[in-house]
Amino acid sequence: MTPEELKDIQVDKTVDARGTACPGPLLEAKKAMGTIDSGQIMEVLSSDEGTKNDLPKWCNKKGHDFMGIVEEPGYFKVFMKKG
Amino acid sequence: MDIEKKIKELESQIAELKESRQDKLSIVVFSEDLDKLLAAMIIATGATAYDMEVDLFFTFWGLSALRDAKKKVKGKKFMSKMFGLMLPKGSKKVKLSKMNMAGMGTAMLKSLMKKKNVASLDEMFKTAGELGVRINVCEMSMGLMGIEREEIIDYPHLNYVGVGSYLSDAQESKIQLFI
Repeated sequence: MTPEELKDIQVDKTVDARGTACPGPLLEAKKAMGTIDSGQIMEVLSSDEGTKNDLPKWCNKKGHDFMGIVEEPGYFKVFMKKG
Repeated sequence: MDIEKKIKELESQIAELKESRQDKLSIVVFSEDLDKLLAAMIIATGATAYDMEVDLFFTFWGLSALRDAKKKVKGKKFMSKMFGLMLPKGSKKVKLSKMNMAGMGTAMLKSLMKKKNVASLDEMFKTAGELGVRINVCEMSMGLMGIEREEIIDYPHLNYVGVGSYLSDAQESKIQLFI
């Protein structure tokens, strides 16, 4: 999905991982994923640049759908749908 | 050899492979350097996000990180006492492997870590405990270095083991590291 499409998307869960560095965002994403149902959408807020590569790979491994990234001032949002 | 027999043989070999390599991570933690310990703990906690079972095997210098600064052991023999004095007492006392500069480098790194929101080694042990990371402590090297069970940190999943435990777990692990 393009960032424009993602901006208006309705998310079921928001995880703010901006206060943590590696491996924080990954661990918080994993924890929060356990609280939502299959097909639900989650966004992870992070300012840790490595997360941009890590979370898509993690989604791929764990069978979740990586939807895209939206840049915000000073951080970014990673969107994913639970598999 | 006929094809059917060959397929059967391959099938059993595949089954064996599946059995032997599971989603497990085994790390031998040999070093007492802050930087190396951080790497080990980041990989260990990160692996739990992949639903991997994680076993850490602490041996030799790595044992320093497991010493509890608040615990004291009385009645140690002379050599053990000397070792105890020279080894860092716990995860807050371990130093960088490079650029320590009499502690200045380590202090600088620690303040940088705080600034960049990197968890301290202490916090990482706590997180690892919550995530079910197992810590296995080498009994033999404890004996050599005069470290007693009474001075080891309180950790929820801690066992005292020998090389057999490590090998059994490592054989079943997709990832094996020595740090």
